[in-house]
Amino acid sequence: MEKERQVLVIFPHPDDEAFGVSGTIAKHIQNGTPVTYACLTLGEMGRNMGDPPFATRESLPHIRKQELQNAAKAMGITDLRMLGYRDKTVEFEPEDKLAQHMGELIKELNPSLIITFYPGYAVHPDHDATGAAVIHAVKNLPEQQRPKVYCVAFSNNCEEEIGAADIVHDVTEVADIKLNTLKAHVSQTQLMIKEMEESLKKQDPAVMARINQERFWTYQFD
Amino acid sequence: MDIVMKEQVQLALDERANKDVYVHLETTNGAYASHFDETFFSSGAYIRNAKLKYIHSKIAGNGPYRIGLKTDIGWVYAEGITHYEIDEHDRLLMAGHDFNGKLAVSLEISETPFE
Ligand SMILES: [Zn+2]
Repeated sequence: MEKERQVLVIFPHPDDEAFGVSGTIAKHIQNGTPVTYACLTLGEMGRNMGDPPFATRESLPHIRKQELQNAAKAMGITDLRMLGYRDKTVEFEPEDKLAQHMGELIKELNPSLIITFYPGYAVHPDHDATGAAVIHAVKNLPEQQRPKVYCVAFSNNCEEEIGAADIVHDVTEVADIKLNTLKAHVSQTQLMIKEMEESLKKQDPAVMARINQERFWTYQFD
Repeated sequence: MDIVMKEQVQLALDERANKDVYVHLETTNGAYASHFDETFFSSGAYIRNAKLKYIHSKIAGNGPYRIGLKTDIGWVYAEGITHYEIDEHDRLLMAGHDFNGKLAVSLEISETPFE
């Protein structure tokens, strides 16, 4: 993994980093690279309420905010920004304003690497809108000042259309940090963790690969 | 939240009638429904802090329940309500959770605006 000067992670939901990126974040932090995590919403519209329900529509954002802070701590992130947007409304924000907001963050932090979602290939409308705003903001920079952008993609058609991921990080050595990050988002990941721990016990190779390899697509600006 | 007790919910609805209230109403299949099943037609609607006054209300059905609010010139209703709670801000929070505990519908009534 290349050593970076500063990493900026931009996602719309508190658990977006957990499954696909937390190992990479942990490794950057272990390398001594400062990582800022900017999270646009508090996942107010999450649907997992538990059975019996442990949360309401109104208490969920408070729970997820705490979980996000716990997750940041698990990864070693000390600069966590909560940007105050609302879940499922990001795509309806004025795009140039959102891009401007992202641009201000980029200007302030001057990252050498940004990690976000691949617009159009990230399934949730908030994911696509966030990725698009980040790309828009980076495009506004003069070419030689643009940081690298690694995108996360997982739509059913993504490999067909944008090919295989060009960046694959093996994060086996920080697997415990990754598991703790997932566990921090307990309201959203409870069911998934149960399944994961079963597969881990069995060392199911397909699942091991999914957990231990984090995949990114470098965004091509031209 | 507790499983809906019909009489309790009706009482809570009645208490909030004939005054200005703020309403949150939402239905959702989740943003991933069509990702996991491409034949699934995803739909939903959401309104937060609709200010209105209802003059009549009723909870109907044997569970999951239907709830209707009649205003001077229209209606609000929700279907599939399974749970309710009156929270620490005296807001009436109602929701329908599917068989996996996922929220599918939510109807909430408050005398102060929601955050
Ligand atoms: Zn998300």
